[in-house]
Amino acid sequence: MAKKDSFERPDGRKLDETREMKAKVGIIPNADGSAMFSFGDTIAIAAVYGPKKMHPQHLQDSEKGTLRCTYNMLSFSVTERIKPGPSRRSMEISKITEWALSPVVMIGQFPNTVVDVHINIIQANASTRCAGINAAAMALAHAGIPMKDMVSSVSIGKLDKTLVVDVSKAEEDWEEGEGATDIPMSFTHNGELTHLQLDGKIKREQLKEAIEMARKASMKVYEVQKKALEEVKG
Amino acid sequence: MAELYETSDVTRERIRKYLEQGKRFDGRKTDEFREITIESGVSKNAEGSVRVKIGKTEVLVGVKMDVTEPYADSANKGNLMVTAEFLPLSSQRFESGPPKFNSIEVGRVIDRIVRESKFIELEKLCIKEGEKVWSIFIDIYSINDDGNLLDAAGIGAIAALRTARIPKYDEETGKAVHGEWTGKNIPLTKEIPLSITLHRIGNTIIVDPTREEEDVSEVRVTIGASESYISSMQKGDEKALKIKEINEMIDLSEKLYKKILLKIEKFTK
Repeated sequence: MAKKDSFERPDGRKLDETREMKAKVGIIPNADGSAMFSFGDTIAIAAVYGPKKMHPQHLQDSEKGTLRCTYNMLSFSVTERIKPGPSRRSMEISKITEWALSPVVMIGQFPNTVVDVHINIIQANASTRCAGINAAAMALAHAGIPMKDMVSSVSIGKLDKTLVVDVSKAEEDWEEGEGATDIPMSFTHNGELTHLQLDGKIKREQLKEAIEMARKASMKVYEVQKKALEEVKG
Repeated sequence: MAELYETSDVTRERIRKYLEQGKRFDGRKTDEFREITIESGVSKNAEGSVRVKIGKTEVLVGVKMDVTEPYADSANKGNLMVTAEFLPLSSQRFESGPPKFNSIEVGRVIDRIVRESKFIELEKLCIKEGEKVWSIFIDIYSINDDGNLLDAAGIGAIAALRTARIPKYDEETGKAVHGEWTGKNIPLTKEIPLSITLHRIGNTIIVDPTREEEDVSEVRVTIGASESYISSMQKGDEKALKIKEINEMIDLSEKLYKKILLKIEKFTK
């Protein structure tokens, strides 16, 4: 697929460049583990509590621990206020986040318990689920939950015909040409895909290219996560 | 979780063993769908309605329309809303009460397949910009769950839309006249989007799982596909996929699209 070098992103980034990433671990003293992750103006915070006894009891799994993620956007995190409380969208992203993280979280040896991961979006400028997954993965590591790998998430956008990394709001709303296709994905550091969604319109060959591009970008996300986690070690 | 009606361990193990040799209990190939039938006109009062069966799996999908205000960000477009309900009558596993995640997900995934493919020409459903537009409600109900409700729901949504007629509109009251129709159909594009869900069990990728097979599925990917494009995707469940596997699924979706379209062709003309 011919890459148009002339393609200009609204904020002047290179095609494979994420917005500035920031990560910090240990931001919520009460939590067993916590972290912040941001892609530019998109800021997610996550806190982990547990493993703790699962309540109500009927949700307990006597064979293994349960990972429970809750994604929430603060009402004032977007330009038009969101009604507080769960929505169909937030419930779905919560589940998607659980699925994205489950392949690495090893809580098999904690039956009847739950590890709660609370994710909140403080400020949103697209790619919020990716920022949330990144923060959650770090918070889990910070909490000392056994993990066999890290999870790093990033979105790929197709704006008209061009693939770009880390979609911003202005890009998500792209209308020229073929419009915008948004493909959030998550990978383990080992390169396995733990999450993928897609909205838009893309040819199969270009989609494969997008997956490769996301894989590469996820390595950069990983470096940022790792650095932040190393800072708290000492 | 209380999984009282789960598939037994013995059966699960046997499904896996069979699949290692590329075999399924019902003799199908790994990439073969069960028989699909579509029957329209389930409810006279609906704008459009169908019954879709894939093997023993059955769903009812109805389309209703009403005149409403447009959303602020799409002042000149009709609205679309898709919901799915898993009725307790369709399986011992479904209980009454507030919607559970699995049915919410089906509603949202099908919504995106219809919306992102731009199958409905929503801009043609504007009555008065910023004030009145047609809203399309697609409601999906499970009648019998023998696996793959998702793809049944997807086929049902498309088929129901194709049979739907637009109700009359009363210019004076600015309201829809329910129960009277114009004879016009909902404006749709030619290219039909389909929901194609691929499951991985062990090292095998299968389509259209029965209930038992679906219980053994480790990870699934639903692709909203047309012949040359993919317009929505969702990976579900707790296992990871290799990049090679997802690429294989993307390729398979092209082949399957043509096959399924052939299967439902006589119903979609």
